[in-house]
Amino acid sequence: MDGVAVGSLYALIALGYTMVYGILQFINFAHSDVFVLGAWLSYTLAVAFGYAAAGAHPPLAAGLLILVGAMAACGLAGFTIERLAYRPLRRAPRLNVLITAIGVSLLLQNVGQLKWFFGTQPQRMPSLIDDKILAVVAGVQIHLVDLAGAGTALLLMLVLDWLIFRTRMGRAMRAVSHDTAVAALMGINVDAVVSFTFVLGSSLAAAAGFLYAMKYPGLNQPAHATWVLLGLKAFVAAVIGGIGNVRGAMLGGVLIGFIELFGAAYLSPHLRDIYVFSILILVLLLRPSGILGKAVAEKV
Amino acid sequence: MIRSAAPVAAGFAIAVLLQLAAGSVVGPFAVKLLMDIGINVVLAVSLNLVNGFTGQFSIGHAGFMAVGGYVAGCITYYGSFLLWGGASVRPGLLSGGTLLFLGACLVGSLVASGAGFLVGLPSLRLRGDYLAIVTLGFGEILRVMLQRTGDVLTDPASVKGAAATTLATSLGGSLGFSGLPYYTNLLWVYVFVTVTLVVALRLKFSSYGRAFLSIRENEIAAEAVGVNTTRLKVRAFVLAAAFAGLAGGLFAHEVGVSLNPRELGFQKSFDIVIMVVLGGMGSVSGAVLAAIVLTLLPEALRSFSEFRMPIYALALILMMILRPQGLLGLREVWELPWLRRRSAGGGTETA
Repeated sequence: MDGVAVGSLYALIALGYTMVYGILQFINFAHSDVFVLGAWLSYTLAVAFGYAAAGAHPPLAAGLLILVGAMAACGLAGFTIERLAYRPLRRAPRLNVLITAIGVSLLLQNVGQLKWFFGTQPQRMPSLIDDKILAVVAGVQIHLVDLAGAGTALLLMLVLDWLIFRTRMGRAMRAVSHDTAVAALMGINVDAVVSFTFVLGSSLAAAAGFLYAMKYPGLNQPAHATWVLLGLKAFVAAVIGGIGNVRGAMLGGVLIGFIELFGAAYLSPHLRDIYVFSILILVLLLRPSGILGKAVAEKV
Repeated sequence: MIRSAAPVAAGFAIAVLLQLAAGSVVGPFAVKLLMDIGINVVLAVSLNLVNGFTGQFSIGHAGFMAVGGYVAGCITYYGSFLLWGGASVRPGLLSGGTLLFLGACLVGSLVASGAGFLVGLPSLRLRGDYLAIVTLGFGEILRVMLQRTGDVLTDPASVKGAAATTLATSLGGSLGFSGLPYYTNLLWVYVFVTVTLVVALRLKFSSYGRAFLSIRENEIAAEAVGVNTTRLKVRAFVLAAAFAGLAGGLFAHEVGVSLNPRELGFQKSFDIVIMVVLGGMGSVSGAVLAAIVLTLLPEALRSFSEFRMPIYALALILMMILRPQGLLGLREVWELPWLRRRSAGGGTETA
């Protein structure tokens, strides 16, 4: 059950990586920091609403309000980052964009760590729902938190899938991702599509941050190495599923969650970070386009 | 060979001079800073081979430094125990201890280059973005593995009795490898700085270096004119890893340093990347200047230390938007327009 819960979080983060990669062909290194921002904002909002006391579970609506608030704030952050840092470099070599993304990532981490923001102390997320064991199926305990987390993630993914494959904006996104120049010639406002993608990806990352904070309430300081690893694993999920492929990212996320937790349970819990990267190297060697990705020949 | 002889001799002479004079003239703190600068110069110049010359993107350079540092540290520490029964420094210019230290640094550098080969081989076949991820992942995996090593053995009897594999895995874990003898001094730091600089500069202006640069400018075109891009990328990577390993060996044996996995995490890698990017992608002297400035700056701004990283990050973003090739770009300091007379053949500058 843990595998499904953690995997769906990876999937939510991986979606942001994969959508941006699909459209702009670059790895948005700052994406995992938006996820961290989401987790910390959820904490800040929960505390601001006065739910710090242990045991006092707020009504469900308040929890949803926190989730939506964090998603909106991170969506705005994503929009701002794209507008200020990435848009000026739209035609620059990829290496420069990559370095900028790392710069943005460092900026978010270290500004978040200043004492006017979240500080350098780890904090404890107030528990928003009562974590009880709902049922035991074949020896597997089903926790309410896991079920709520996986359910929210699944719901968001269904919404995203509908958005991308059933709406006008989604069609525009797919067109831009297919061929930016031609899409622009067909009258699609590429800048708007890119902005929309960033807002969408960032708010999904914020949702993942919220769910993560619910499941693992001990929040590390924003620049802590655990966050970096989480973001990296989500990226690996996107690569495994086939980068640029939205459904692949969902599949890859759940797969990574399972691999990690089964490896930790049956092989050695101390090496859990190593399994994921071994899988990454294997996939890069054997099938660089990922499970659901199409092999694309480099254009000359 | 002959063309390198003069700069090598000059560099070694400077190293000897520094070693003899600096301690009494500027005091121990400045000596430590000078050593830090030297080590950072080696790191920045070597990363420049990959990120600047070849246009690939590695953000796991501290990982190779850690490999070199830990291997070298393990050899000198346990080697001293096995040879002399204790890990204290054996003084003297060419004493057994110094020779052991130099040998350990070279072995560390070799092992680091081997690690570079292993990491580079799969990822360099693919595009640069993947390399960035794999190198970052490599650094983090290494950190996790180092944190899981056992305590350092401290008494001679247990070292003598232990198997080689036990010694190789008793590296202090997350507390760090403490008790290493302080063999690093200005002489050896600047000898290795000289070697690094001469190799990097000679490489840049050789046909090899041009091939590296051609990959950076346009990989497809480079391949079309017969450059074996994969092989060259791996070579640049291995060479850079070797020098990073060397720097790690120097770092491990420096006074006042704790060789621990956290110190050599991705934060350190980013520090080195920032030196390369600010100094100029492909400029050896630019990397040297950036290494000097960025080593001294935190000391000067100690009271604002919490703003150091935000400012670096902002500088990185602004630099990419306003001057993407870095301060010096591909040029060396002595090639700057306002430094040289109007000579006919200018313009190695490329965008």
